[in-house]
Amino acid sequence: MINYDLVVVGGGPAGMAAALKAKECGVEKIVILERAETLGGILEQCIHTGFGLHYFGEELSGPEYAARFIDLVKETDIDVKINTMVLSVNDDKVVTAVNTVDGLIQIQAKAVILAMGCRERPRGALQIAGTRASGIMTAGTAQKYVNIDGYMPGKKVVILGSGDIGLIMARRMTLEGAEVKVVCELMPFSGGLTRNIVQCLDDFGIPLRLSTTVIETHGKERLEGVTIAQVDNKLQPIPGTEEYIECDTLMLSVGLIPENELTKQAGIELDRITNGAVVNEMRETEVEGIFACGNVLQVHDLVDYVTLESQIAGEGAARYILGKNTDEKVYINTTPENGVRYIVPQKVNIKSKEDVKLYFRVGAIYKNKKLTVEVDGNILSSKKKVKLAPGEMENVVIPASVLATLNKNSTIKVRVED
Amino acid sequence: MKKDMTCVACPLGCQITVEIENDEVTAVTGNTCKRGDAYARTEVTNPVRSIHSTVKINGGEHPVVPCKTSGPIPKGAIFDVMKEINNVTVDAPVKIGQVFIENVCGTGVDIVATNNDNGK
Ligand SMILES: Cc1cc2nc3c(=O)[nH]c(=O)nc-3n(C[C@H](O)[C@H](O)[C@H](O)COP(=O)(O)OP(=O)(O)OC[C@H]3O[C@@H](n4cnc5c(N)ncnc54)[C@H](O)[C@@H]3O)c2cc1C
Ligand code: SF4
Repeated sequence: MINYDLVVVGGGPAGMAAALKAKECGVEKIVILERAETLGGILEQCIHTGFGLHYFGEELSGPEYAARFIDLVKETDIDVKINTMVLSVNDDKVVTAVNTVDGLIQIQAKAVILAMGCRERPRGALQIAGTRASGIMTAGTAQKYVNIDGYMPGKKVVILGSGDIGLIMARRMTLEGAEVKVVCELMPFSGGLTRNIVQCLDDFGIPLRLSTTVIETHGKERLEGVTIAQVDNKLQPIPGTEEYIECDTLMLSVGLIPENELTKQAGIELDRITNGAVVNEMRETEVEGIFACGNVLQVHDLVDYVTLESQIAGEGAARYILGKNTDEKVYINTTPENGVRYIVPQKVNIKSKEDVKLYFRVGAIYKNKKLTVEVDGNILSSKKKVKLAPGEMENVVIPASVLATLNKNSTIKVRVED
Repeated sequence: MKKDMTCVACPLGCQITVEIENDEVTAVTGNTCKRGDAYARTEVTNPVRSIHSTVKINGGEHPVVPCKTSGPIPKGAIFDVMKEINNVTVDAPVKIGQVFIENVCGTGVDIVATNNDNGK
């Protein structure tokens, strides 16, 4: 058994930022375990810009954003093991991993940070009839083929799902000479940013069909076409609206799920809405000394927020390891209400001496509403919002001075109202 | 003449209306900030975009390395620029910011690397 103070599982932006922060806070022996051949996570394949506007005040591409952190990690004595797959983490903080150099390794850690990111919902999660022809893949897989492996997965493309990854791949495939026939979205609105609809679809005349889905795929070996249909307000296909579209590739961009197999195995409680761990304001899970951050905790659309969240986890882990965590702890839950789907962190220590930022998402599109924070029945803040959308993460601050007035029966509620 | 558009200068995506008379912009409304005004004016006179792609690399960690235009190019030049990008092959190692193509298609803009590749 090897010993480390801190083991970070996953070397994407979350894992790197958490490890760097822990180092800065004085933690000595840190190792990052990454199953891929490089650090950087999903950013390595996101070659479009749009990263870092908040954190660096610059619009960077994914690899450029990642490279800044990779360089910082290299300047420290943080150990990095690539091509290393973590198989399990237990509640005694023993991490088991495997790679071709060391074989099976077991590490006893004082603290663990889970930063495994998320993966895309596969076809199995959808109800599409038809054969198992090749040419059906998630948009993220296609993105890896084109941007990292340098080969085009198809020529005539239909995309199901209008999240940002789907939109970005519509443009990418078009630039490389493919014909993107249509983007279908099951919901009556797109989950992607408006600017991506303009830059990725409108610019190239790619149609976006809302309230439309793919109901059947055709073709034996290779995909030859799909049948699409409009859906009613219960999201059921409307008979008579079916339409056949010839294509050799179907890309699915139908949502991301946090990769929490390891978390579940460790016996850590998950939030039903986020599918990530239940955490406190330092991003510590229900198991003491195990922290989570980044897309494994909640699906983020801005990597800048991933970095900030992971720095909190890094600092939390450092305090735990260095025994600076002895202050009294009294936790209360944060409560999402009316229009707010979830809040991270789910629990807040009211003895915390620092302001606490609550991150959350709304469940539908709202215009000209107010975001209200109620503490013990009193309105703490009520901010006017021109637009609120499920695609964009919001945040509110609970000042330390307010936390200091609370007791164990206090409540913190966040809601959307007129 | 009135033209409606969505500002893409930041993720807020304001709906902007531009009024044009005799090829001159007479009014811009709906924007939340100055950048929106500027975006709307160039969008009706000379729309520009930045593009991101990959070039082939010899001896690299991967078969391709990502790149971008160092600044915005006219929208109409996008596919010509893509053709140029797909015509070059570079050699590893490559550093972020390294210029692959200077003044691509006479746009005054360069194609630069957006990732490091230290080679195999
Ligand atoms: C296609 C796409 C486009 C995006 N576009 C934008 C954008 O334009 N702007 C923006 O700001 N954000 C964007 N994002 C979001 C941003 O990239 C992510 O929020 C961010 O990368 C999440 O970081 P992470 O470290 O949590 O996860 P990841 O980057 O996914 O990193 C997780 C890492 O953990 C590793 N791992 C997982 N399980 C194990 C295991 N068992 N053992 C060892 N290692 C493991 C993985 O290999 C991976 O490297 C995009 C995301 C995607 C997927
Ligand atoms: S007008 Fe300003 S605030 Fe609105 S989208 Fe454009 S840049 Fe953003």
